[in-house]
Amino acid sequence: MFGLEKKDLNLLIIVALLTMLAPFILNPFPTDSALAQFNAGYPDLMQRFVIYGIFAIGFNILFGLTGYLSFGHAAFLGVGSYSAVWMFKLLSMNVLPALVLSVIIAGAFSWLIGFISLRRTGIYFSILTLAFAQMSFALAYSVLTPITNGETGLQITLDDPRILGMSATADGSIPVTNIFGLEMRAATDLVIGPWSFTFSVGYYLCALVMLVAFYLSIRIFRSPFGMMLRAIKSNQTRMNYTGLNPKPYTLAAFVISGMYAGLAGGLLACMDPLAGAERMQWTASGEVVLMTILGGAGTLIGPVLGAGMIKYFENIFSKINEATLHSWFDVLPDPMENGLVWVLEHFVGAGWHLTLGVIFMLVVTFLPGGLVEGGQRIGRLFNRTKAAKDDESAATKPAE
Amino acid sequence: MGILEVKDVSKRFGGLKALSDVNLSVAQNTCHAIIGPNGAGKSTLLNCLVGKLIPDTGSVMFDGQSVLGRSPHEINQMGISRVFQTPEIFGDLSVFENMMIPLFARRDGAYRMHAYESVASEKELVSRALQMLEDVNMADKRHMHAASMSRGDKRRLEMAMCLIQEPKLLLLDEPTAGMARADTNNTIDLLRQIKDSRDITIAIIEHDMHVVFSLADRITVLAQGTPLVEDVPERIKGHPKVKEAYLGETAHA
Amino acid sequence: MDAILLQIFNGLDKGSAYALIALGLTLIFGTLGVVNFAHGALFMIGAFCSVTLQRLLTLSHETLDPTKLDFLGNPSKIKTPYIVEWFGADAGNTIIDWSVPLAILFAIPIMLAIGYVMERGLIKHFYKRPHADQILVTFGLAIVLQELVKHYYGANPIQTPAPDALSGVMQILPGVVYPAWRVVYFCFSLAIIGGVFAFLQFTTFGMVVRAGMADRETVGLLGIDIDRRFTLMFGIAASVAGLAGVMYGPINAPNYHMGMDFLVLSFVVVVVGGMGSLPGAVLAGFLLGILESFASMREIITLIPGINQIIIYLVAIVILLVRPRGLMGRKGVME
Repeated sequence: MFGLEKKDLNLLIIVALLTMLAPFILNPFPTDSALAQFNAGYPDLMQRFVIYGIFAIGFNILFGLTGYLSFGHAAFLGVGSYSAVWMFKLLSMNVLPALVLSVIIAGAFSWLIGFISLRRTGIYFSILTLAFAQMSFALAYSVLTPITNGETGLQITLDDPRILGMSATADGSIPVTNIFGLEMRAATDLVIGPWSFTFSVGYYLCALVMLVAFYLSIRIFRSPFGMMLRAIKSNQTRMNYTGLNPKPYTLAAFVISGMYAGLAGGLLACMDPLAGAERMQWTASGEVVLMTILGGAGTLIGPVLGAGMIKYFENIFSKINEATLHSWFDVLPDPMENGLVWVLEHFVGAGWHLTLGVIFMLVVTFLPGGLVEGGQRIGRLFNRTKAAKDDESAATKPAE
Repeated sequence: MGILEVKDVSKRFGGLKALSDVNLSVAQNTCHAIIGPNGAGKSTLLNCLVGKLIPDTGSVMFDGQSVLGRSPHEINQMGISRVFQTPEIFGDLSVFENMMIPLFARRDGAYRMHAYESVASEKELVSRALQMLEDVNMADKRHMHAASMSRGDKRRLEMAMCLIQEPKLLLLDEPTAGMARADTNNTIDLLRQIKDSRDITIAIIEHDMHVVFSLADRITVLAQGTPLVEDVPERIKGHPKVKEAYLGETAHA
Repeated sequence: MDAILLQIFNGLDKGSAYALIALGLTLIFGTLGVVNFAHGALFMIGAFCSVTLQRLLTLSHETLDPTKLDFLGNPSKIKTPYIVEWFGADAGNTIIDWSVPLAILFAIPIMLAIGYVMERGLIKHFYKRPHADQILVTFGLAIVLQELVKHYYGANPIQTPAPDALSGVMQILPGVVYPAWRVVYFCFSLAIIGGVFAFLQFTTFGMVVRAGMADRETVGLLGIDIDRRFTLMFGIAASVAGLAGVMYGPINAPNYHMGMDFLVLSFVVVVVGGMGSLPGAVLAGFLLGILESFASMREIITLIPGINQIIIYLVAIVILLVRPRGLMGRKGVME
């Protein structure tokens, strides 16, 4: 079905089920229990899961397949957000045209940057993309203020024209983003006993877009084009002497991943119609690299997992504070409790970025293949005897 | 008029004259060997043929067209495939995928964006790839990671990748370097089989005289960047100039 | 004419910082073949060495002064630094006043130690890994170092003033006055750069390192333990970055993200200068610093708005495209 092989189809179905049932899955704890702080089933956070999932899926097409490490992809995310907000200001609050414009503008922008950056490879490429992103960031803050509204960030206001919509609603407030009238922020709550689940239009739109994005990425991975991209990573000399020109392939991968980033940026703006330059900063580029690597670069599901993990832990870790830690380790003797809390408090709350850095180092050092490889290693541990028999199938398809 | 015509090619690296006025003509459907002591300019000459180096002077015509100034992938598209001294394959890909890539390159040219249909849906190319793997006795290894194979297998794979493109000219750069005798003989058999079974011109650079005399129809001896003699193997064997060039080398070594 | 001179001088202090960081980056890249994204963090740690020393020197014990009351009517507290108690008011206050230059002595052992630990503990394991992995792991390390500093010192910049004697202005040319500390910084970095070059040029150790930069394998074959020397080289590069940070404090108050800000630019500097070329790094550092300062002139900004923000990146892009090896890059390095 869908032109996919069985294994890929199963993967797609699993991802579809997970995203569609996310409001349940991510809210396993009753609302007023102590563990409710580990719930992640509220729309705002779930939207971020899938939006950054899209970002990482796209980044993976470039980095995972071709091995070109871009440190400037946040620029495309930012451009996507700006384009979407402009569409809200000028055209209407419908998200569809906004998303289309985000993808187009980000695609054009990434074509320009890719065209120049891809003249060089390796570390030069990384530094060039970094330089471009920093340049865009600096420009967004300064000269381009008429377009980006500088430090304040671009917002929608009451006097925007919105030629196909309305500048203000009947009661004089700013209209909200919608898809053909269905508001993004609209949500229904389902209460079952002590549990409460929220279903929001915004989340389901993002989830559907991510499924389409994920589906397309599977097709790209399995296509001759995807194979060529992996060939570029593997051996460019052989590629040249086989009559293939690696440059247009890499550029195409760069533009596709730029368009994914633009789509993610556009969705961010659809959920919350404002765009700021900080979205383009290189730490944001570093974050998507981390998501991809944490999950497993070059694998299909890796980036989605990575994005989900990072965003989940970001949310949970930043909420924990010293008092929470003390309450957890209450049972321990005081000196031990204080010692543990002293160590752990570095990593929680505002210290979340420290945790991020540590995870980064640990993953790159010990698990370069990311969570997917980790999972495979564990799986192999259990299946050692079985694997010995059908060794052949274990060595197949490096792209998984 | 040969399929490959090298005229007055010279190449300098700084003060070193690697090639001076090399003339070479390789006739269609023959196996032409280029031999010579170390530093004779064999590899430089080869690199000039495939677009990795551009000669300072002279011309290289292949099939009536100049190859000078074209990049390696364009030259490959003209019908020249090259096997390297150390096998260049796609190590991260499976053996099967290694066979598919040259097929796509031959059918679709240097670039075509097939990003939607799967590789597996290209039934005709798939069956050709499998057939070729069958031919070189690698069908059972098709799922293997190419990098995890033995050196001999990698070389066979590389050879198969070049052959599947059905090149007009196959360039071999010391295909038996560092091989054990038995493997060398296998390679000779494989190459002879290739030579006999299809219309193909082979240019081979080789150190091993056993290989050269088993395969070549014609031999050019290169020394210090200039062709010394060109003749059929029987007459090269006892040629005084050749002896001198090689003995000179052993005397110095 | 004076305006132009002034711009050149303005560019020199930023240029000095770029040059020093880029020098360290190049040393590490040239000797160890590692792309160190944590080098900016070393610069930042250097700056915080002087913050730390300043805090240590001003550690005080509190006494109550019953003669003065604060607004609540309690006796007000008077802080007396221990240093002042031990050495007397004059000497003590002078030491505190000179805490930034003193921090040089304080920072050298710390930076050497950090460099040693970093190389032996982490970088060593990445020699054989792809450059992308090196970039990523040092990027992670940079985040960790930066966050630790933020945790202990807070997110706000901390002033580390120059000694009184050097905080005024100086007449450098007839009619041109200029902040004294910036002149000091420039001279200081020239001294460091000169020191590093002399060290590489005239000592046996430096000779081996230079040979190692040119051809690591051959030097290894000669039976020279190149690895140990490279470890020390990493320590030296870390110290150079650290010292650049120590002395930069009075120009720009140290904050936790100053390392990242400088790192991106320093990488650009290295690329413009030519990967693996020490003179290239220094030259490009000063050149880009001066260029940036010219681009910040009011006349130029009104002509091309925002050019000061992007000039360095623009130059880097142009250079990489027309001279891919950088100004003084060698053939075969990182191609």
